[in-house]
Amino acid sequence: MRPVIAMNKTFCGRAATLPLLLALAGLAPLAQAQPAPAAEPLVPVFAPDPALLADFGGVEGVRKLSSLFVDNMRADPRIGHYFEKTKLSELKKQLGDQLCQVLAGPCVYEGDTMKASHADLKISKADSLAQVEVLQATMDSLGIPFGSQNRLLARLAPMYRQIITR
Amino acid sequence: MSSPALPLLCCALALSLPAAAAPGDESPAPRPTARSKLLLTAGVSSIDGAAGGGLTPWAVTGTQATEHEVGGTAFVTRAVVSDYALTVKGATVGIHDRVELSLARQDFDAGVVVPRTTLKLDIAGVKLKLAGDAVLNSDTWQPQLAVGLFYKHLDPGSAVGGVLDSVGAKRHGVEVYASATKLLLAQGVLLNGTLRATQANQNGLLGFGTTGDRRMRLQPEFSVAKLLRKDLAIGAEYRFKPDRLAFAGPAFKESDWKDVFVAWAPNKHLSFTLAWVDLGQIVGHERQRGTYLSLQAGL
Repeated sequence: MRPVIAMNKTFCGRAATLPLLLALAGLAPLAQAQPAPAAEPLVPVFAPDPALLADFGGVEGVRKLSSLFVDNMRADPRIGHYFEKTKLSELKKQLGDQLCQVLAGPCVYEGDTMKASHADLKISKADSLAQVEVLQATMDSLGIPFGSQNRLLARLAPMYRQIITR
Repeated sequence: MSSPALPLLCCALALSLPAAAAPGDESPAPRPTARSKLLLTAGVSSIDGAAGGGLTPWAVTGTQATEHEVGGTAFVTRAVVSDYALTVKGATVGIHDRVELSLARQDFDAGVVVPRTTLKLDIAGVKLKLAGDAVLNSDTWQPQLAVGLFYKHLDPGSAVGGVLDSVGAKRHGVEVYASATKLLLAQGVLLNGTLRATQANQNGLLGFGTTGDRRMRLQPEFSVAKLLRKDLAIGAEYRFKPDRLAFAGPAFKESDWKDVFVAWAPNKHLSFTLAWVDLGQIVGHERQRGTYLSLQAGL
């Protein structure tokens, strides 16, 4: 975690003048953002389910999924442009942490809340659905069973509700 | 731990849509693509023209258009049962995943009862989504809720028309309904309950009400569907129907309608529904069972 924080701090200066938008994409720190409320879990907590995690190929499989998902989003004509300035390798790591934790794997996501970070982005439902489709296609390409895909999407649903603001 | 102000939440990316490419830019305006809904989440075109299952409207709005989008679809359905055949053609417009407008024309071949007779039923529909979102609330028990209205006008031809006049069945009527649709995504199951207030006899094919009975009856309708793949679902429906014309004789007994269906959407522009339907008794002919096939095409 330490190294990650340090890396983000290098973006501090630039980030100060960037909207939250860029912050999301580029890992630039939200210089004026509020701290995440300590009491509320950043990612919903789920009971361990080894069979479900195994369907995703374990922690390694989730990291592979995250990496491929980010590449596919960047390549998608509908939403790819959002990632033009994103540091993809960092994004892949963070996404991996989050998906791993959502699947009750041994990872901890420690970023900001969805709501706080997306408040000014004016994300539309169409944008979010496009992202879901990219995630589905990525999971299909990795042979993740349909039922398990849906269980992951259902766990991500509350986060989608927080980020759609337009 | 507090790495508070850190956008490590690029993870949010998982669910979020990251940033615009330049400082100060907001997300671009919605594209005119108008087909952002996930496959199969708009249901199919029911025989009355509204989006839902094959026999009953659901709370989902038709077309692939989601918020800030407008979409259109057209459909054609053919159902052939033991002694009758029904062709339905129609179109639907979906506005911002909030309002749905539909038009449908049913042509019912009643030749077995009166030679060369086709009952023509025109249906105009409007549906308003009130609350909820089937996909976004797919992890909770909150359903998507909608209310809708059908205005139906029947042209029965002179022979059947005479019979309808003799029992006082009107040629037009309004139906009002409320629907609750629940997508349980983790289980891959969709449930729908619709309550329809109606005076229609045989869904309107034999007019509306009778001399002695103009009450609106509440008829429940149920659907259940299982998602097998992103593009493939199977399901079943059950529609309770009133039996208003039964007083006119056993020939006018009306049955509940039921079906079992398979819906396949190879892409966002096309879907096919194949169903085995059981319409029970229709004007004295019992056990009207057969096949239903529907094609829906969208912009």
